[in-house]
Amino acid sequence: MAKFNLEVNGQNFDVEVDPSTPILWVLRDHLKMLGTKYGCGIAQCGACTIHLDGEAVRSCGLPISSIDKKAITTIEGISENGDSKIQKAWLQHDVPQCGYCQAGQIMSATALLKDKPSPSDEDIDIAMHGNICRCGTYSRIKAAIKTAANS
Amino acid sequence: MSILKTSIGRRRFLKSSALTGGGLVLGFSCFVSCQTKTEEEVLAMPDEWFEMNSYLKIGDNGVVTIYTPNPEFGQNVRTSMPMLVAEELDVDWKKVIVEQAPFHAKKYGFQFTGGSRGINSRWEPLRMAGASARHMLRAAAAKQWEVPIEEISTSEGVLHHTLSDRTTSYGEMAAASVDIPVPKEIKLKEVKDFKIIGKSHKNVDAKNIVTGKPMFGLDYQAEGMLIAMIEHPPAFGMKLKWVDDAAVKAMPGIVDVVSINSFKEGYEKGGFDVNAFPELVAIVGNSTWEVMQAKKKLKVEWMPFTAKTETINGFRGKEEKHTPAGLESTTEHNARIEELASKPGKIVRKDGNPEQAFKNAAKVIERSYSAPFLAHNTMEPLNAFAHVQEDKVKIAAPIQIPNFIMPTLASSLGIELENIEMELPRMGGGFGRKAYAHYVVEAALISQKVNAPVKLIYSREDDMTNGIYRPAYQATYKAAFDENNKLTAIHIKAGGIPESPLFANRFPAGALDNYLAEEWAIDSNITIGAFRAPRSNFMAGAEQAFLDEVAEAAGEDPIQFRLDLLQRAKENPVGEENDYDAERYAGVLNLVREKSAWGNEKSNKHRGISAYFCHNSYAAHVLDMEVKDGKPMVTNVCCAIDCGIVVNPDAAINMAEGAITDGIGNAFYGELTFKEGQPEKKNFHQYRMIRMGEAPKAIEVHFVKNEIAPTGMGEPPFPPIFGAVANAIYKATGVRKYKQPFLGDKEVLG
Repeated sequence: MAKFNLEVNGQNFDVEVDPSTPILWVLRDHLKMLGTKYGCGIAQCGACTIHLDGEAVRSCGLPISSIDKKAITTIEGISENGDSKIQKAWLQHDVPQCGYCQAGQIMSATALLKDKPSPSDEDIDIAMHGNICRCGTYSRIKAAIKTAANS
Repeated sequence: MSILKTSIGRRRFLKSSALTGGGLVLGFSCFVSCQTKTEEEVLAMPDEWFEMNSYLKIGDNGVVTIYTPNPEFGQNVRTSMPMLVAEELDVDWKKVIVEQAPFHAKKYGFQFTGGSRGINSRWEPLRMAGASARHMLRAAAAKQWEVPIEEISTSEGVLHHTLSDRTTSYGEMAAASVDIPVPKEIKLKEVKDFKIIGKSHKNVDAKNIVTGKPMFGLDYQAEGMLIAMIEHPPAFGMKLKWVDDAAVKAMPGIVDVVSINSFKEGYEKGGFDVNAFPELVAIVGNSTWEVMQAKKKLKVEWMPFTAKTETINGFRGKEEKHTPAGLESTTEHNARIEELASKPGKIVRKDGNPEQAFKNAAKVIERSYSAPFLAHNTMEPLNAFAHVQEDKVKIAAPIQIPNFIMPTLASSLGIELENIEMELPRMGGGFGRKAYAHYVVEAALISQKVNAPVKLIYSREDDMTNGIYRPAYQATYKAAFDENNKLTAIHIKAGGIPESPLFANRFPAGALDNYLAEEWAIDSNITIGAFRAPRSNFMAGAEQAFLDEVAEAAGEDPIQFRLDLLQRAKENPVGEENDYDAERYAGVLNLVREKSAWGNEKSNKHRGISAYFCHNSYAAHVLDMEVKDGKPMVTNVCCAIDCGIVVNPDAAINMAEGAITDGIGNAFYGELTFKEGQPEKKNFHQYRMIRMGEAPKAIEVHFVKNEIAPTGMGEPPFPPIFGAVANAIYKATGVRKYKQPFLGDKEVLG
């Protein structure tokens, strides 16, 4: 066990956990921030996607000891009132079915648009490849990303 | 016009006192923004609520809470079921709040999510709930204004007596209306008068989903909650021998290690009590990571079990189920399948004289199709929360059929069924897997043993290797042609491990003078269960690929060929037990032919057609494929569906898009194999799932317009996709593929 101080969504938190604890579980079990999901534990499904200094990373494989002073952003923190361009576009296209993968999809999509404000279909396919949607909402996700890019 | 007696409904419409708890996950009410604009309208809460019946309560300010009875797994009944109530109640959809009903058999009946049965089974009861409440409001206004009830009309939450120019709101009248008796008969609206049903409404949970609000089973929290994980045998055919938990018990954050057995000795299982591993070890600790670390260090030994036969009280009545001993491998499965496929099976239907037709045939085509076991792989792994106290149980779990697990819970815990409460949080996917709720029993037993609230979580590996798979199937089709190249007979022999997929009375039975259907099955200790459109999810692909070859051999257009057979089945059916409506089946083929511009396509489009009937609905797909450097890409899918009245059109389109994408993924990649009882795939680096770049570029969904009460949408569009993929591959490459997965580990065709 060791003490860590984390910046999450602009706030500071003190936690005491084993240094090997992945950020995913620090968020879910210790900070009770439940928007970031567990899907596979081996960075293959994308449900756990967060931002580290604005870059999309899979939190299930990221030990708390490795993040240093980097700022974490989770789904709960990508906008004040849930009204980012991406979230608005998601609502416009009524994207979700079961909804479990959607936070991770939105985090990956947000990072993509920061990197490439006008992504091509191929850019979207590549950036979103790591996010599985078992219910098959891919066509709506793509449409929402394009809507957000154009807004 | 429907006038329905409410006497059956009366039991359901208990005028209950305020529901305590009310099915709120984490005390989190879903304030609904149900408009099409994106800005949120936050509803003011009333000072007082008035319960009209189990399904709805009206606030003194006119806000309405509707309790949605069935668990949600992405089929969006949390929007469409309340729409049914709101329609007949006649309220402004913007004033509706949706809450999840807890499990409560007396109030909500059969809270079953599966079989594409939800909307169909709730179509009348939910409308009756809304209509009877509206009646009570009108009756209360009539009493207060001393006018006949016939003179009271409503419009979106307002009561009118036009003759005396008086109005009042539902909110103002709600207090008086709760004393009005539930009417014995109630008139429902005609389809032409629908204002809410048939219009697209946004998912009531979308805002919460995109902002990461906790909603799923895995998100459930409770004071003092511990985390548990199980360890199950690595292979089917094995059971627990011993466990040495000394090292694990000493690890940081670990509270206890317990052994559980999911069934009491002699308990007679039901059809959904499937469980390959009833004896388990569970590690209980303070946090997930600590328990995951402990799991790695657990010393446990397993041993092979002996064969057994038990009585299962399934949906087809009592059956004897035989579980063989041994460690099974896919290689030996395939050998057994080949063996059984070449022997006579059990004849389940025979029309005319198929033997003669084949004997006299000028030409015979024979083709065999196969598909492997599939894992459901819901994104949310299995999990359940349970808090078992002396004589009282509280459960919160993502589960498809709460009604069915109750007897098992009561038996295994030794606690009366009446003392078990269950909340129904959202499921992160079901597809049939969460109908088998062994994980709920496990969580409860663990909680009972450690005497604390416990959340049980399955790792992805635990989940993928736990069983209850889609079976492995095989089918051999034979067609006989006469000297004029006309189809004279079809012979189907189908089977699987451990059950046959055959539906003897489905198309093309009924359209052929000579027809023979046989089946076989091979026992296995690998457990199976319902997987989105069970049996259909294999038969459709095999049948529709075969009909494609037959149409080609007969020199006919594939759509016209099917339509001609359906015409025969409609005008002059063979036999009486034909399980489809030929006219509705032809309807989707005609619609997809029109909408896909069949016959007018550019020469570089390689199209596969497929159509199927299952779960009471009809679906047809035209799928366009391109192949670049051997890599297939589905460009477009045009889909036609007849599911009766479409309650929420855009949500239904989303479901169809999802089913199509799911089908393409499973047809291309889905596969689970075994080596000595062990599943060879344990996580997504091994089990390939369809991803963004592989999904169709464009999907169009068209619905046949009719006034048939809604049939089903979750499953029907899924099975025919496998045939459309197979037929498009043939058009794109000139080669027919008969074994799924069509791509497997390869990226390329050929």
